[in-house]
Amino acid sequence: MGYDLKMKVWRGDATGGDLVDYTVPVEEGEVVLDALHRIQATQSGDLAVRWNCKAGKCGSCSTEINGKPRLACMTRLSTFEEGETVTVTPLRTFPVVRDLVTDVSYNYRVAETVPAFAPEPRPADGQYRMQQVDVERGQEFRKCIECFLCQDVCHVIRDHEENKQSFSGPRFFLRYAELEMHPLDTNDRRALAREQAGIGLCNITKCCTDVCPEGIHITDNAIIPMKERVVDRSFDPVTWLGRKIFRRDQLPEAQVPQARAE
Amino acid sequence: MADIERHSFDVLVVGAGGAGLRAAIAAHDAGAKVGIVCKSLLGKAHTVMAEGGIAAAMANVWKEDNWKVHFRDTMRGGKMLNHWRMAQLHAQEAPDRVRELEEWGALFDRTPDGLISQRDFGGHRYARLAHVGDRTGLELIRTLQQRAVALGIEVFMEATITRLLKDGDRIAGAFGYWRESGRFVAFEAPSVVLATGGIGKSYKVTSNSWEYTGDGHALALEAGASLVNMEFVQFHPTGMVWPPSVKGILVTESVRGDGGVLRNSEGRRFMFDYIPEFFKAETADSEEEADRWYEDKTNNRRPPELLPRDEVARAINAEVKAGRGSPHGGVFLDIASRRTPEYIRRRLPSMYHQFKELADVDITAEPMEVGPTCHYVMGGVAVDPDTGESAVQGLYAAGEVAGGMHGANRLGGNSLSDLLVFGRRTGLNAAYAAARLKQRPAISEDDVRAASEHALAPFGIEGGENPYTVQHDLQEVMHNLVGIIRTAGEMEQALTDLASLRERITRLSVEGHRQYNPGWHLALDLRNMLRVSECIARAALERTESRGGHTRDDFPATDDSWGKINLHCRLDGEAVGVTHEPLPQMPDDLRELFN
Amino acid sequence: MAAPTGIKSPTRARIAARTLRTDRWWLYPTFTALVLLAFVVYATYRAFVGEYYFAEPYLTPFYSPCVTTECVDGSRHLGTWVGDWWPFSPAVLILVIPLSLRLTCYYYRKAYYRSIWMSPPACAVGEPHRRYTGETRFPLILQNIHRYALYLALAYNVLLTYDAVMAFKSPEGEWGHMGLGTLILVVNAVLLALYSLSCHSCRHIIGGRLRNFSKHPVRYRLWGGVSVLNGRHAQLAWASLVWVAFTDFYIWMVASGTWSDPRFF
Repeated sequence: MGYDLKMKVWRGDATGGDLVDYTVPVEEGEVVLDALHRIQATQSGDLAVRWNCKAGKCGSCSTEINGKPRLACMTRLSTFEEGETVTVTPLRTFPVVRDLVTDVSYNYRVAETVPAFAPEPRPADGQYRMQQVDVERGQEFRKCIECFLCQDVCHVIRDHEENKQSFSGPRFFLRYAELEMHPLDTNDRRALAREQAGIGLCNITKCCTDVCPEGIHITDNAIIPMKERVVDRSFDPVTWLGRKIFRRDQLPEAQVPQARAE
Repeated sequence: MADIERHSFDVLVVGAGGAGLRAAIAAHDAGAKVGIVCKSLLGKAHTVMAEGGIAAAMANVWKEDNWKVHFRDTMRGGKMLNHWRMAQLHAQEAPDRVRELEEWGALFDRTPDGLISQRDFGGHRYARLAHVGDRTGLELIRTLQQRAVALGIEVFMEATITRLLKDGDRIAGAFGYWRESGRFVAFEAPSVVLATGGIGKSYKVTSNSWEYTGDGHALALEAGASLVNMEFVQFHPTGMVWPPSVKGILVTESVRGDGGVLRNSEGRRFMFDYIPEFFKAETADSEEEADRWYEDKTNNRRPPELLPRDEVARAINAEVKAGRGSPHGGVFLDIASRRTPEYIRRRLPSMYHQFKELADVDITAEPMEVGPTCHYVMGGVAVDPDTGESAVQGLYAAGEVAGGMHGANRLGGNSLSDLLVFGRRTGLNAAYAAARLKQRPAISEDDVRAASEHALAPFGIEGGENPYTVQHDLQEVMHNLVGIIRTAGEMEQALTDLASLRERITRLSVEGHRQYNPGWHLALDLRNMLRVSECIARAALERTESRGGHTRDDFPATDDSWGKINLHCRLDGEAVGVTHEPLPQMPDDLRELFN
Repeated sequence: MAAPTGIKSPTRARIAARTLRTDRWWLYPTFTALVLLAFVVYATYRAFVGEYYFAEPYLTPFYSPCVTTECVDGSRHLGTWVGDWWPFSPAVLILVIPLSLRLTCYYYRKAYYRSIWMSPPACAVGEPHRRYTGETRFPLILQNIHRYALYLALAYNVLLTYDAVMAFKSPEGEWGHMGLGTLILVVNAVLLALYSLSCHSCRHIIGGRLRNFSKHPVRYRLWGGVSVLNGRHAQLAWASLVWVAFTDFYIWMVASGTWSDPRFF
């Protein structure tokens, strides 16, 4: 049943800010985003929060709730004690714009550096054929709603701003893995995964998997398989020999899109 | 106004959902310099919410399927009020548009021989929806987004267009603001494609996100275009009804396509009591036949749960009114007793997740509670079917913001294919038209100044109305008075209420400053919501019959004479006017399909 | 002082706290560190002590195979081909193999990067290091040879299985007998085999590296099996670690005469 929820919401911008106390009436079945909306409608009309679908499908309302990266629309208030103060802050890995809104353009810049899907030509009848078992692996990764919580929690960039230059982050390892495992793709993206995406910086501490609201096994199914593929390509003398002597495992190297290379 | 940020494009696309992205890709392919402006981040548009699939007669599952069958289903679903040419192009071109997505990386579910799998949906004769589990919209938008990024198309994220700019009678560009900084930006473009989606945020219970404030509808009206079929608003029969905070969130029609049935509080499959004459011949009249249909479509007729959405929504509404509803005011949607938990989790993963997370309901073990929710507006900018151009030269519309394609009611799955087919067509034609121009139109400094003053108005008012309160009141009016069942008296009341709301929005005031200020954004969006609401109410009052997404309690029958008429909304000064125009008539070879 | 980085970077929301988590996030790293350290201390002591590692017919896994001349009679199943030049206990020679597997294991990497290296100590908790280069440089770039550690470990598993089979002899060398120690050695061999087979590199080699499962149905099925095991990799890592220490401890106790081994038949 309804009660008064105590909240601390970070308000401010790049020049500074603070946790501000609010008390807001909430109802049974509500989520953190409902409480934020009620603050907007009745107490602070200019409280900035990014959101869209409010159903966990678009990945807009990413914030940190009691220090944990979460979607505000999927965090039910029933997961807290009634007297507990709920603290909401913006994502702490990206530059803050205002209040709970951060500048996530880093992710869109990285997206531009991923070489696009390069399919084999269509067969004569115009219909590509793929088996369900082969598309399922990629489908898991394509469940990604780009909430960027995995990027936010990843200590490689969360704790080391300078690594943003050389590291693409879990969301984009997912993309590399998806393309590497795509039954129709004709490119070899392993060298790029190492050199461009910086997969070697990942020390597989699995926080990305822990926070994924879609339950994607980012580490086990995408990052580690990509690391193993990079090993095939760059570190394993046996597979290296196989490639040189038996001309196996030879696909054209993917290139960073030209328009975006600079 | 020399200090305003300016950009110049051949084609400016407003909106980055399926239609906007597809239009931008097409315009780029046609050689145009393209810019996309979108209210949210790229990839967050409402298209991600589409669940079931993309309707296309690919005949991968049923060889009997072809574009003519799809065309016929679409027209019948739209109660024959669709623009026949749009429905024809849509049915003919949808399969190619789906295959194209695959070339750009989409991973659809497969048939055993490796082709794109297709699923059953309401109103479609054959299993026709290409799908990816129940997150097809996400797949579609991600595929188009990645394609647009690969092509290097420029995207202006979190920017809102507030005005279209004209040079004489034709489009010259658009004016808007960056949400992040509150600064203004002017675009000069001879072709502008509206792909702004729908209007659902004017209703209290809706499956639509905050972006759906009818921006494109209102921009087009103000630029001089007309809106067609605005009285037809689709209430999706199955939205969540509990808990209150998620009321309205969509429960995909695939639940019924994959075997789910509707029951009332007495446990009865009540849809058998609501089969209209129009669909009797092709709908099963016993539970046994309906259940056999999933396996054998040739010798059995469709279950009534898969009637077009308007029929199902009305039936649910009637059951609840008759006191046979579920505890939270809906009815029961049951798939748990009809399919195995593994099947449900594999076919409907997001539904499983959504109910588990938001309502603590395990849909593999217990029924869902569902009720109608405002989902889609069939009406929109009247456009030329082949090019997507509106009555205003240089102004195009595609997707939900365009009207005509779906007539009085849209079939599930036809919206994603609509986005692709007409997104591409308008993008190409917008680019061709820009290339044909001998002299580029210019935007006037006076218009830019007027637009910026207009946008800043809410900051100049102290102690005025709270935009959130006004929005709430608007939603109450539309929900209660112009909702799923309508009467003349209520709609007249709605028009009076809307007039007073129109007066109130001139006195909105917002606190804080221009940087990422949602109060201000809402204040600007409210103007659009109100204009569109007025169109809906006026057109709905005018049409004295019931048809598709428009149900009149005082005129419950469908009237053949109304079947030849489209209602068009236009702006005359500040007033919204409605005119009758003849429905375009289809040629005889197509007409024969209905005999 | 250099410009602040990480969550203190000038563009980010200014929040002083290293984390705002209210749960007991420090529990996992602390517990992990304690167990790992306890194992290292125990294993180091046992590896260097050089006694009480064989109690006919049981050979502790820490000393198997025992291949220097120092090895006691009965424990030299593979001969003493290393000879007498090796200055340390024979265990040191052999423990390199399981150690390299566990050190480069994708699960243990998470465990010790979080708990020992605190990089990061827990999710969304600021780490103490100024610079971070991950696994891109020596020595951590050597983590990439994990699969070779796996190959060696699989061979090692064969020997441990052999030891478990030998444990079905009586102390007098007759077949067909079994004691509590036999059971412990069998469980040990099974857990270590499952731990090795559930490894991420194994999953990759078996089938993960394929682009088209449908063209390799047998490898696809094997991959499916390894994937199921792989989902339990962390649990198997801990179970096999604790059990191998317990196995050694049991044999130590029996060899030193502290406990006597109950014989079943």
